[in-house]
Amino acid sequence: MNFPAELRYTKSHEWVRRSGDKLIVGITDYAQHEISDVVFIELPHVGQQVEQGKGISIVESVKAAFDIYAPVSGTVKAINTTLESDPAIVNQDPYGKGWFFELTSSKPSEFESLLTRDQYESMIRQSAAG
Amino acid sequence: MTTGLKTTAISDSKLLFEKSKSGKEGIFLPSRKFQDDFSRLIPADFQRKDHGDLPEITEPELVRHFVNLSKKNFSVDTHFYPLGSCTMKYNPKIHEDVASLDGFAWLNPSQTEDQVQGILQIFHELSRALCELTGMDEFTLQPAAGAHGELCGMMLTRAYHHSRGEGKRHQVLVPDSSHGTNPASAAQYGYEVVQIPSDARGRVDLKALEDAMSDRVACLMLTNPNTLGLFENDILKIREIVHRKGALLYYDGANLNALLGAVRPGDMGFDIVHLNLHKTFTTPHGGGGPGAGPVGVKKILAPFLPAPLVVKQGSRYGFDYHRPKSIGKVRSFFGNAGILLRAYVYIRMLGLEGLKRVSHDAVLSANYLRKKLSTAFLNPHNEFCMHEFVLSASNLESQNIHAGDIGKRLLDYGIHAPTVHFPLVVKEALMIEPTETESKETLDAFVEVMLKILKEAQETPELVRKAPHTMPIGRPDEVQAARKPILSFRDLKRDTQASPL
Amino acid sequence: MSYFPITVKDQAEMLETIGIEHFGQMFQAIPNELRNPKIDLPSPLSELETQSWFRELAGKNASSKTHSSFLGAGSYEHFIPAIVRHIIGRGEFYTSYTPYQPEASQGTLQALFEYQSLICELTGMDVSNGSHYDGSTALAESVLMTLHETKRRKVLMARSVHPDYRTVTQTYLTGTSFETEEIPFQSHFGLDLDYLKKHLTPDVASVVVASPNFFGLVEDLKEVETLVHQNGSLLILVSHPLSFGFYKSAKEWGADIVCGEGQPLGIPPGFGGPWLGYLAATRSLLRRIPGRLVGLTQDNAGRRAFCLTLQAREQHIRRERASSNICTNQALCAIAACVYMASLGKTGIRRIAELNLENAYYLRRALSNLKEVEILTDGSIFNEFVIRLKKPVDQVNQSLFQKGIISGLALERFYPELKEQMLVCATETKSKDQLDQFVEALKEVLK
Repeated sequence: MNFPAELRYTKSHEWVRRSGDKLIVGITDYAQHEISDVVFIELPHVGQQVEQGKGISIVESVKAAFDIYAPVSGTVKAINTTLESDPAIVNQDPYGKGWFFELTSSKPSEFESLLTRDQYESMIRQSAAG
Repeated sequence: MTTGLKTTAISDSKLLFEKSKSGKEGIFLPSRKFQDDFSRLIPADFQRKDHGDLPEITEPELVRHFVNLSKKNFSVDTHFYPLGSCTMKYNPKIHEDVASLDGFAWLNPSQTEDQVQGILQIFHELSRALCELTGMDEFTLQPAAGAHGELCGMMLTRAYHHSRGEGKRHQVLVPDSSHGTNPASAAQYGYEVVQIPSDARGRVDLKALEDAMSDRVACLMLTNPNTLGLFENDILKIREIVHRKGALLYYDGANLNALLGAVRPGDMGFDIVHLNLHKTFTTPHGGGGPGAGPVGVKKILAPFLPAPLVVKQGSRYGFDYHRPKSIGKVRSFFGNAGILLRAYVYIRMLGLEGLKRVSHDAVLSANYLRKKLSTAFLNPHNEFCMHEFVLSASNLESQNIHAGDIGKRLLDYGIHAPTVHFPLVVKEALMIEPTETESKETLDAFVEVMLKILKEAQETPELVRKAPHTMPIGRPDEVQAARKPILSFRDLKRDTQASPL
Repeated sequence: MSYFPITVKDQAEMLETIGIEHFGQMFQAIPNELRNPKIDLPSPLSELETQSWFRELAGKNASSKTHSSFLGAGSYEHFIPAIVRHIIGRGEFYTSYTPYQPEASQGTLQALFEYQSLICELTGMDVSNGSHYDGSTALAESVLMTLHETKRRKVLMARSVHPDYRTVTQTYLTGTSFETEEIPFQSHFGLDLDYLKKHLTPDVASVVVASPNFFGLVEDLKEVETLVHQNGSLLILVSHPLSFGFYKSAKEWGADIVCGEGQPLGIPPGFGGPWLGYLAATRSLLRRIPGRLVGLTQDNAGRRAFCLTLQAREQHIRRERASSNICTNQALCAIAACVYMASLGKTGIRRIAELNLENAYYLRRALSNLKEVEILTDGSIFNEFVIRLKKPVDQVNQSLFQKGIISGLALERFYPELKEQMLVCATETKSKDQLDQFVEALKEVLK
């Protein structure tokens, strides 16, 4: 499974990419694999204020629904509307075309405390072993 | 690729619309009596321009269409349904005959009380019988289904606390093994749902319950026996914990088939009860309804019940609309009267002894199957069950076979799948409820088939993984169905045009 | 007893297999003090006795088969072709389970898909669900859909919507942060547009109107639609489904959601149920629609297949996050409606609508010739209208009942100000003789 080194991660399987003052968020390869075929994504609204750790988006497979949590507090600046018509791209390209939303962070320290690739990978390994 | 365009050569999955031919009619209507030309009499602006595309098809073709469709169904009349928490038992034929009598079927609910004494008497007697069987004080017959009864129960809960100046109670507790409707009903009415874990015995974790209890809790929703088929043996302690903090105890009656005449929710301390008449009182499931979900309450909650209630004054029956504290109404008129009627026919025919026999044989059959199957599959809670039990198919994980696959393979043997992957607290759950209306021979045949499938799973896993093989269709592509919903013939036409063959 | 296939001998063998001597041992988890309660039920009846007892009770009711009925008010006596009962009377339909196993439920699934398709054709809307409990709860859920969709908090509801529908919706909203406000009607029962204009504030999620409304009047919704949508609100239309055979469809009026009572579609009145709530909406509201949806797809061999879809909205998956708590709905009633609508077909739907129109218009004309009667619903109607008598309606109705007539609804029961006013209904089931007899009887009684 692929976990790019330049990204930061959460325990709830979101990834975060810093791009200037914006943070782009999606779900990890591990998450898309666990969810299996994504059939629908409910995205937050542009302009929505979000709080770290609160559910702001929902991913559905045929027989399950999963919450996606805000990795940091801030404001939603953009959403990936392509996901609404073609949710399968989350499975195909989770770190690229399958991004979910873009945030500006109100507490920069929160980004720094997110997991690194190595930390995330070892968390996955442990849960698989457990 | 287009969706579902491919049909077999002599297609019997054609839609009505595809059998339509201009100039055909399926109904003999009277001819017009009067000569009004409504296209001139009524403003043109009010008249329909686009008439839509209803099919044109004759009665003989319609009959064949629908009868052939019916043959693609499993049903209790044709198959065994060991479907946990659903109580798929035999639906007596007399129920249908009684419900279709003109004196019941052709009553307008706005008729005056003096014109409908017969049906009011039935409502009244049914309410009394349900009170007796559940140990409650008063019943409303309005809710149209179990989940609807739950919603009604949430409204009663709020009204009760509100009347006591305790409007701040905004949490509802549900065990993690509960039916999905419990948290959904509470949340739909604005309650915050707090989940209580099950303990190793498959019962409510008392410590966790005590920790969760506070003066913010409005009620605890509980199914007993729970969805593992186990009686909550600490029920009296649970009652104390909940009541001590001023909260109410709500009974989800989905599993009452285990306890008829033997134990009553009212005596266990429940304040609100809903029943699923289409389960315990064997009104037909109808492929997903109609049902009925009457709600019973203890005296303290009776003033809040929906209006009207049926009352008896002397020898006359009537409606009591004067209910100033009532929550209002949860359905138009008086609920699914025809379903209530069927349930009352059942109660009258069986009487108390018959109803006790229902639970007796249901529990006996469940334990018999449990005993016979628990060595082959995993039985996470190996103790006497009530009317149902939960096995785990996780011993087949190495074969990459899931509980759902076993359910699918059962279809090939003419047996409906058990409830699979529920309750969520058991991995690879197979939830089995035989009911009291299956013979020992059927139960034995089921055991034999289950053992055979187990063998197949080990020797020819592909056969099980790809099942069913003998049904009108194989496994449908549910991913495509959800990603690109085609929900009507019109959607299908559009889809076909967008990507022709 | 005939429903218990386990014999006494079976019971003994089964106990032995289980490894116990007494049945009671399986109840060991149940506290003793709870066991064997005293229960008082009437003694059991044989099937023979049951038949005659319930026949006797049925005989204590006056039905539209024993009397000539002019009562509608939300429950309608329509002709039902024999095919409907024969199809839904097949055990394969009525004793089947919710189609969670699509391979074993293609019959129910296809019939429900066809029901959805027919409702779309009838109403003109994009998507229909697989049924709701009844018209009142379909409306309550429609209202919730608009509140969630717009994230606004208020609903304007015409007071000319069926009283039970208003009460049920109000009951669903009591205790939540949402509220409803009623839009009054004018003297001849049309919606008070000025009131609507004044109260159409930015917090209004939706406006609910009925047409034909409770008083039988078909409303002109053109301006209503414009006003509602200009305000960013949604329009919910409640309608008698057969009226769409002649009158503008919900789509043509520009409604966002249409719902109502599907009972007129091949289901007997049955003293209020089991009925059928129909609910259809524009495609943009698809994800908000409560209840089951059947979709068309293909199976692993490329064959056409039907299955429940978008299930992840529902309670058995999302639990407290579900779009609605509904589980069991009215599937068999939806199949009845499917058979009925298919029987009517493209030409029949128009004809059944005209048969209703002609009886209602004939009766209204005939009654307008009586000097004791004043016609109050004088606009366009479908099969109902309001008349004013110069006597209390209850008293008139009692006299008419003596003449074999179940007369119209006394409106005072729901609208205290509408004294001496009666809501009269004439569906296609009434012969010319029955219509004339009603006029004659009323004339006599009012003398």
